[in-house]
Amino acid sequence: MELANYIRERRRDKDLLIMAHVVCGYPSFGANMQALEIMQQAGVDLVELQFPFSEPSADGPIFVRANEESLKSGTTIDQCFDFMRAVTSRFSFKVLMMGYYNTVFKMGEKDFLQRLSAAGGIAFILPDLPIEESKIFRQEALSCGIDPIILMTPTSSDKRLAELGAVSSGMVYVVARKGVTGTKSNIDAEVLALLERCRRHTNVPLGVGFGISNRNDLQALRGAADVAIIGTAALKIWQTAGPDGLKIFFHTLG
Amino acid sequence: MDIFDFSSGREGYYGQYGGVFLPEVLHSTIEELLFCFRECKEDPDFWSEYVRLLQNYSGRPTPVTHLPNLSCRLGGAQIYVKRDDLNHTGSHKINNVMGQGLLCKRLGKKKVIAETGAGQHGYATATMAARFGFDCKIYMGAVDVARQRPNVFWMENLGAEVIAVQDGQKTLKDAINECMRDWVLNMTDTHYVLGTACGPHPFPEMVSWFQSIIGVEAREQILALAGKLPDRIYACVGGGSNAIGIFQGFLNDDNVELVGCEAGGLGAGSNMHAARLAYNDASVGVAQGYKTYFLQNQQGNMVETHSIAAGLDYIGINPIFSYLWEQEKVRFEAATDLEVKEALRLTMRTEGLIPALETTHAFATAIKEAPTMGADQIILINQSGRGDKDIFMIADALNDQQWKSFIKSKADQYRLEEN
Repeated sequence: MELANYIRERRRDKDLLIMAHVVCGYPSFGANMQALEIMQQAGVDLVELQFPFSEPSADGPIFVRANEESLKSGTTIDQCFDFMRAVTSRFSFKVLMMGYYNTVFKMGEKDFLQRLSAAGGIAFILPDLPIEESKIFRQEALSCGIDPIILMTPTSSDKRLAELGAVSSGMVYVVARKGVTGTKSNIDAEVLALLERCRRHTNVPLGVGFGISNRNDLQALRGAADVAIIGTAALKIWQTAGPDGLKIFFHTLG
Repeated sequence: MDIFDFSSGREGYYGQYGGVFLPEVLHSTIEELLFCFRECKEDPDFWSEYVRLLQNYSGRPTPVTHLPNLSCRLGGAQIYVKRDDLNHTGSHKINNVMGQGLLCKRLGKKKVIAETGAGQHGYATATMAARFGFDCKIYMGAVDVARQRPNVFWMENLGAEVIAVQDGQKTLKDAINECMRDWVLNMTDTHYVLGTACGPHPFPEMVSWFQSIIGVEAREQILALAGKLPDRIYACVGGGSNAIGIFQGFLNDDNVELVGCEAGGLGAGSNMHAARLAYNDASVGVAQGYKTYFLQNQQGNMVETHSIAAGLDYIGINPIFSYLWEQEKVRFEAATDLEVKEALRLTMRTEGLIPALETTHAFATAIKEAPTMGADQIILINQSGRGDKDIFMIADALNDQQWKSFIKSKADQYRLEEN
């Protein structure tokens, strides 16, 4: 429950936390570090480090390309964990692993948890691993002090939200809309109603992701969620406007 | 054995293979699909409607043909062929697609999406969509679009939108990923017509069920024609839908040996093949919604595959086969591109049959083994598709000069028309 406590602690001074995202090794680990430096300065609270995978089927085109390019340049899992170790010792934000289940499955669930823990990660997000397929793994994670992040979605029935809520820990990742990462979402009444439904089924903090990209989105989420998750929007800025653009982007988020 | 008689809490699992590994957003869609599929499977009227549809629309039952010339030439077992190439659209793919069309109608959905490798499944889906009045989108790797233009031509003319996928290796696996990305957005009104017995439960079971019509017919036909059951059955295995289709007719016949024929590409050790079980390069993994043997590296990333046949050029395999292979119920062999070319030539010349390049992998393996068998023994090959669609690939493979000059003159003619 380190993650939930951390979020609750930070929420005393801030009405909405920010979680950012980088794809390990894209465009390079050096560039990742530079981006994270900017995120730290901007006061980002949490960062998900995505371990690249060859079949990122829950991601949109920008992250798909980033996964592909990173693997093409030879990124390995060892490098990702080493990088995570470097990041967690250098910065004060908390770090989560994000990726696909095969990465974990191939190295073994126990090894994964040990390595994640040793690298200073406190949680993981595996979008293609449903709760039905991960009962033992999630228990093992919790006993290592690692939170397995559960996702709640606009298509989840109340019955399903109750099932998901019952096993949630650390934080719930609320998917703002259907589809893959990277398409613009409007934080409208529908999203707020979803957040309210999710709230009824879990006590852990709520993070909202998928298509969150600007100050207005954040404004709309204040009071309704604990964490705004910004992924593709920041990578897009990095690609088009570099480090200076990224600085301005996080600055204008407020 | 009933492979679909799941033990409690293990629904969708064949040994340790199968399962459902999908984003949470698809949970309700898969539940809805599973519920509808169970209803259909338990409803005898559904199956009779399905069989009637295939009889009237696709020409089922497809015959079993004896190949006396090839058998004599090889001097061993008598070879018979189940002719699923005689289906409408030229392959067994239509079976699964018409079944899923009926199911889609029950689901009340108006749009279908599908991935395709060789284009046969896309072609069949576009045909089904036209017949049922569904909107249809086909995802196809850009490499496959380039090598299977005739199928793309038909899909588009049947009213489907064909999207060339530019990610990854630009082949079948990438088309599946792109289909998933469409489905997580549009699941409310869209059914994903998965083309092979892979992917998350209930797809392997559902596709196997529709394709079981091949085995049901074949068992009866071979008994009538040859007076006994075959000693060996050969079927090519990409995802593995035609093979599981015919094998299901014989799973309880202990004396019938089932042989799955994979794409050996440039051969064992070449790293340029798609043989998951016949060679030693694959390992168990989880991708594209299910657990099975995948051609992947130590890090769990999928590796490049290769085959002369686009329809076999795939990283994973039907999870039921991973289990049946482990149980030693199915033997797996691979045929190389070269062996396939030779087998195709021989089959065309001796019997006047043109099997698809995919299917020819089953012929090549049977041709290798037939001479070692006795004259009283029987081989049954599943001819899952016809090779006319492969005319460009086959002409290249056979280095046919006449064809090349024809294409050149055609190109000149188009150039003149443009100017």
